[in-house]
Amino acid sequence: MTTTTIVTMPVTKQESLLKRILTNPSGIFSVGIVLAVILFGIIVPILSPYQANQPDVYALTAMPSAKHFFGTDTAGRDIFTVLAAATNYSLEAAALAVIIAIAIGVVSGLIAGYFGGWFDSLASWFSSVLMALPGLVVLLAAAAVMGPSMWTSMELFGVLLSPAYYRLVYTTVRGVRGELYVDAARVSGLGDVTIIGRHILGVVRTPIIIQTAIIGAIAIAIQVGLAFLGLGDTSQVSWGSMLQDAFSRIYTSPQLLIWPSAFIALITLALVIFANTLRDELERTGPKNLRVKKDAAEIASKRAAQMEQSPVVTHPAPERKGEQVLRVDNVVIGYPDGQGGLRQVVHGVSLDINRGEVVGLIGESGSGKTQTAFSVLGLLPKGGRILSGNIQFAGEELVGSAAKVYDNIRGAKIAYIPQEPMSNLDPSFTIGTQLMEPMQQVLGISKSEARKKAIALLTRVGIPNPELTLKKYPHEISGGQAQRVLIAGAVSCDPDLIIADEPTTALDVTVQAEVLDLLRELQKETNTALLLVTHNFGVVADLCDYINVMQNGRIIERGPVRDIFKNAQHPYTQSLLDSILEGGPARGAYEAPKGN
Amino acid sequence: MLVTVSALAFILLHLGAGNVARQILGVQASNADVLAKNAELGLNKPILEQFWLWAQNLLQGNLGAAWASPMPVAQDLATRLPITLTLVTWTTLFAAVISVLLGVTAAVRGGWVDRIVQFIGLIGFAIPGFLVAFFLVTTFAVKLHLFNAVGWIPFSQDPNGFFKSATLPIFALALSSIAALAQQIRGAVADALSADYVRTLRARGLSFNRVVYKHVLRNAGGPALSLLGVQFVGMMGGAVIVEQIFNIPGLGPYAVHATGSSDIPATMGIVVLTAVIVIIVNLVIDLLSAALNPKVRLS
Repeated sequence: MTTTTIVTMPVTKQESLLKRILTNPSGIFSVGIVLAVILFGIIVPILSPYQANQPDVYALTAMPSAKHFFGTDTAGRDIFTVLAAATNYSLEAAALAVIIAIAIGVVSGLIAGYFGGWFDSLASWFSSVLMALPGLVVLLAAAAVMGPSMWTSMELFGVLLSPAYYRLVYTTVRGVRGELYVDAARVSGLGDVTIIGRHILGVVRTPIIIQTAIIGAIAIAIQVGLAFLGLGDTSQVSWGSMLQDAFSRIYTSPQLLIWPSAFIALITLALVIFANTLRDELERTGPKNLRVKKDAAEIASKRAAQMEQSPVVTHPAPERKGEQVLRVDNVVIGYPDGQGGLRQVVHGVSLDINRGEVVGLIGESGSGKTQTAFSVLGLLPKGGRILSGNIQFAGEELVGSAAKVYDNIRGAKIAYIPQEPMSNLDPSFTIGTQLMEPMQQVLGISKSEARKKAIALLTRVGIPNPELTLKKYPHEISGGQAQRVLIAGAVSCDPDLIIADEPTTALDVTVQAEVLDLLRELQKETNTALLLVTHNFGVVADLCDYINVMQNGRIIERGPVRDIFKNAQHPYTQSLLDSILEGGPARGAYEAPKGN
Repeated sequence: MLVTVSALAFILLHLGAGNVARQILGVQASNADVLAKNAELGLNKPILEQFWLWAQNLLQGNLGAAWASPMPVAQDLATRLPITLTLVTWTTLFAAVISVLLGVTAAVRGGWVDRIVQFIGLIGFAIPGFLVAFFLVTTFAVKLHLFNAVGWIPFSQDPNGFFKSATLPIFALALSSIAALAQQIRGAVADALSADYVRTLRARGLSFNRVVYKHVLRNAGGPALSLLGVQFVGMMGGAVIVEQIFNIPGLGPYAVHATGSSDIPATMGIVVLTAVIVIIVNLVIDLLSAALNPKVRLS
């Protein structure tokens, strides 16, 4: 029973794919062109009053007329008829190469991928050797031995092309072989040949069709190239020989080039478009997924609507110290929803930070806290936009201001400490380059000055042997060290505001405490404002003066850290507080269950 | 690899060749003359001995005398190789620069540049280079007289003439490479752009262009470089046809002539030279990749 369902599955998929191709405009176009060219080659020789090799000395290179639709070539042959014969011949020759490539590539790919072992290593070595050779040079060398024969050339070219199939089938089979249903088939006692035939060929079939369209285009191009160089059978007309003939008269009769060129261009283009269309159709997600997404969006907006009713719980703050550095006022952030509309992720967030303050922005992942932080930096991910609201930095409005304004503020005035230290360092440059480059740019200092400063900074953030670390690449240092480097980078240009986005989440517990200590010390030393984005109330308690609690793109509770810890009003804040490990009662020692 | 390729080619060529001396001398030559010619060419010796002699000569830079050309093979190749190398190297540079500009702009801007790159990707991939060459020759050389239709003028001889004679072949040869490279760079840059370090570097005050052209491009450069190596090898083949069309006295016409006349020493010379170039190019690409990627350098 199970086997039948598995076997029928790919078949129905194949049918619907065929249907989809034939309802797609570029699919119809490409299939139509290919069929039309093939039919042209078959039908015209039957209907035409001329023979392909019938010269007419009285009508050399004649222009198109009622007698000769496309005119005549240099030997006075009717181009319309010659073109049909050439089409036949060129397509057959290309098809020969493709068939041989499929036969060798698919079979060896199946065997190597399914069984592995010595055949795998041999075939993989062989295919990489074949791929390293320039095909045309090999074909030329072969022609030297075997004489100009299009059929032998195309057979050889089929061999040269076979790695394209080999690699495709090999990687697909490797992937499929580990699938559970293949194991199930094997367990149920099916032989290897049956499994390959039923389960694996079904999976590689469509990729092979795609590959064949592309390889077909390449084979046609090479076939034409060979014939053009005069390495085909000189007695046979082909697209290449027509081009050669036309090329010899390029100054006097350039019109001879038109028809063979047009046919070659049309069919190769159609084949490639067909391959692209088939691939797009294969990768396209069905309409089902779209509906799911819509549902999710609906749920999200409903939840947002519910949230709107509950007001922000604000604990009164005592007199605040320092002048205001950042003021975020009612900021709304949206992303395109992929259906022409916008999806709001932050619904009117307001917060402010004064000089010397540490302000926490706390909430679960997806609550919009990181988006809010990015909006201040002007670095929202692609597609993201501030839809309304104001962001004022040191009295200057940032929303809608020019890229230049942001370039002057970022790094110099507002710095950023990211969450995941490793992915936030460029893997291709040394720590030194990454640390010094922005300093040179922002502060306009020389390289040697920047280097001195970098060493001082690394020493300050507690990195042993800073000179050596400057020469290292990111993958050569630990995560904790990388985070220290990023912190050093953030404070390097004496910013007025540091935005730290989960600065300790990705670190080991022991390192977390050290990094928090470092942040606290640096903040005290420089008296900068620090906006701490986190989901961890423990971190907040440790560092912050004020807290903003965020949920579903809104701030739901705010106030001095003490008041919120003592007297949280909002149920969500209470649940977050309950989840702190340190605050809960200590767990008792583990008691082993009493055995008999 | 070089030994494998040359040994295989040598043996296959000699096994496949018919009575070479008869072909050279023509049907009318006497049997004695044919035997004498065979001895002169060394064809009467066992094939392994022939290969051994050939290989020894090769190490001294001697590829033997061509059968269908009055000059020694090595000398012919030496005069023709620079021309093909110049053509292919310029094409590679041209393709690399254009692809980087197109690919980066397509990834960063999207919109119409992106659509142009997609379109070039389709056209350049689907339309064979020689058709492009025909189109270029008829339009820009035959009709508009902007460039030379045929011939080759070395840069050292006449820079302006070089420009006139080389532009069209370079274009024809470059298009398919640009198609492949630009698409690949577009994808790699789009990936690299969404990397976390891009945001962090920008947050530290570097301008967008600086981050893109220094950091993103360097990280996207590795895979593009490997592809460029593959393209270079492909161009060595494509150059044969393009040189034939533009009548450029490079390796291409020589190879076509040698194979057309079953000239085994000349063909062997081409095969060995191509293999050497492929090996050198791969080596250079590997070294460049190592310079770009610190992780490769370590292992």
